Amino acid sequence: MTSSLAPEPTAPPGRRTPSVRWRGTLIAWLFLAPALLLFLYFKFIPMFVGLWKSLFKVQTFLGDEWVGLQNYQTIITDEDFAAAIWHSVVLALGTTVGSLVLGLGFALLIEGPARYLWFVRTAAFLPVVTTMAAVAEVWRIMYYPGDNGLLNTVVGWAGIGPQPWLGSEDSSLGSIMLMSIWRGTPYDMMIFLAGLVGVDRTLYEAAAVDGASTWRRLRHITLPALRPVFWILFTLAAIRGLRVFVEVYVLTNGGPNGSSEVLMTLIYKLGFQKNELGVASAGGIVLFLATLALTVIVQMLRRRQAT
Amino acid sequence: MKFDSALGLESRRGPVAVIGKVLIYGLMVAVFTGPLIGLLMSAFSKTLDPTSFTFWPDDFTLENFIQAEDKNVYLYLFNSFVVVGFGLLLQMLVSVFAAYSLARKKFRGMTFVMLLMLTTMMLPEEIIAIPLSLVLADLPGLHLNLIGTYAGMILPVGAWGFSILVMTEFMKEVPVELEEAARIDGAGELRIFATIIVPLCRPALGVIGVFGFTMIWDQYLLPLIVAPASDMWTLPIALRSLRSDEEVGIGVLLAASLLALLPSIIAFLAFQRQFMRGLTSGAVKG
Repeated sequence: MTSSLAPEPTAPPGRRTPSVRWRGTLIAWLFLAPALLLFLYFKFIPMFVGLWKSLFKVQTFLGDEWVGLQNYQTIITDEDFAAAIWHSVVLALGTTVGSLVLGLGFALLIEGPARYLWFVRTAAFLPVVTTMAAVAEVWRIMYYPGDNGLLNTVVGWAGIGPQPWLGSEDSSLGSIMLMSIWRGTPYDMMIFLAGLVGVDRTLYEAAAVDGASTWRRLRHITLPALRPVFWILFTLAAIRGLRVFVEVYVLTNGGPNGSSEVLMTLIYKLGFQKNELGVASAGGIVLFLATLALTVIVQMLRRRQAT
Repeated sequence: MKFDSALGLESRRGPVAVIGKVLIYGLMVAVFTGPLIGLLMSAFSKTLDPTSFTFWPDDFTLENFIQAEDKNVYLYLFNSFVVVGFGLLLQMLVSVFAAYSLARKKFRGMTFVMLLMLTTMMLPEEIIAIPLSLVLADLPGLHLNLIGTYAGMILPVGAWGFSILVMTEFMKEVPVELEEAARIDGAGELRIFATIIVPLCRPALGVIGVFGFTMIWDQYLLPLIVAPASDMWTLPIALRSLRSDEEVGIGVLLAASLLALLPSIIAFLAFQRQFMRGLTSGAVKG
C-alpha cells in the first residue's frame, strides 16, 4: 500500500548548485504549506488537545482540574460505555459482513459488458452517493411502526405481521443495520466488480475444458482472486462502522432506552449536552485506539493467510 | 463457450434464464432505488403522515416546496451551497498545490509529509469532534472564534488526504520532459505549474472535484458543532427540525430531504466515469 506512494525521483539533482537545490526545497514547502497548515489546525492540534483534555476534568468557568487517567477509568467501568462499545461492534460487524456478502453476490450476478447491466449497476449504486442525513429521514419514515407504514406493508405481502422496527429495544439496532447494509452493499459491489475485471479469463476457459462446475470455478478461481479486495473492503467498512454517528443520531438517537446507543452518539451527548468534555475526549481516544487495533489485527490476519 | 464473467449468466438465453434475470435485476433496481423514488413521489404529493409515504403520487402538488420557504429550507440550502462552493474551491486548490510538491519535487522530509497525510486519513473527523469544537472556538495562536461562521465549516474540509493522494498519483504521470523544456525556455515555477502541469491533470481534477463535492455536501458532525444557531444550519443538519408540521405533515421534511439529496446524485450522474475511477483508486490505496 505504501510502496506505491513512495517518492519517485524526478529531475536528477546532478549539476545543480547548492543554492538552486535550496531554492527547490523552499518552493516545495511553500506549495505544501496550505495543506500542512490546515492539517495542523484542524487535525493534529485537535488530536493533541483531545489527548490532553482526556486527562482533565474540564470545567468552563472553574478551570480544568487534573484527574490523570480517571476519565479512562470511568469509561472502562461505566455500563453505558460498555453497552455502547458492544452496540458499535455489533453494528459494525453486521453491516460489514452483510454488505460484503450481498455485495459479492450482486457483483457476480451483474458482471458483464452488456448495456442493460450498466444501467442496473448505475441505478443500484445511487444509495452510495446519497446524503446520509436525508436517506436516514426517508428510512425513518419507511420504518413507521403502524400497520400501514411502508415497510410493514411490504413485509405484509410476505405474510409477516407488522414489526416495531426502530420503536423496540429488540429491533432498533437491527433496523439501523438494515439501512446501513442497503447503503453499503452497492459500494462493495462496485469494488468487487472492479476486482472481477482483473480475473484471468483463460483460467475460466481452462476450467471449463477440464469439466469443472460453475461452483468449483467460483470456489477455486474467482474467490481466491478477490481475496485482496475482500480484505481492503473489510478493513474500510469495519473502521467506518465503529465510528458510525449520523445513521444512529437521525434514526433513533440511541433509543429506545439506550438499546441502539453507539460510541459516537454517547460521546456526542457527553460532550455537547452534558458538557463532560474530559470524558468525551477520552472516549474519542478509546475509539481511535480501537480503530488502530482493528487495522493492525486485520493486517496480521491477512499476512498470516497469505503465507 | 465464451467467458465474459465468472458465472457466465449473459450467455444463457433460454426462457427460464431470461425470466430469472429480469426478476433478479428488477428486484435489485427496486430495492436500491425504491426509497429514493418514494421520496421523489411523496415530496410532490400531499403527505400528512408517514403512512401516506408512497411510490405512486396521488395528487401532484408543489405545496411542500412552498411551505418549505416558511421553514427557512431555502436559507439552509443557501448555506449548504456556500459551504460546498468555497470548501470545494479551497480543497481543490490546496490539493493541487500540495500534489505538485509531492509528485514533482524531491526534498528532505517528503516521506514524513506522506506519513502525515496517511495519518490524517486514518484519523476520521468523528474521533476528534469534541476537541475540534474547542479548537474552533479559540484557534491557538490566533485567538479567533470560528463557531457560528461559514469559515468554521469551510476551513476544516480544506485539506483532504484522499484528494491530495489521488492528485499526486496523477501528477507523477506527467512526463518530466515537458517541464524541463519549459524550464529551459525560462518559465518560472508558478508558470510551469499553472500552464503545464495543472491543464494536463484535468481528468484528475474531475475525480477530486466530484468526490470533494459529495464529501463536503455530506458533512454532518462539523456543521452540527460549528452552527449552534439555526440561521447558520446547512440543509442536512436542519432536516431534524422539520420532522413534523401541522399544515403539511411530513411534506416539508420530504421536500427538504429531496433538495438535500439531488445535488450529490446529479454530481454523480454527471461525472460517473471520474467517480468510478476515484472509487477504485481510493479503495486500493486505503
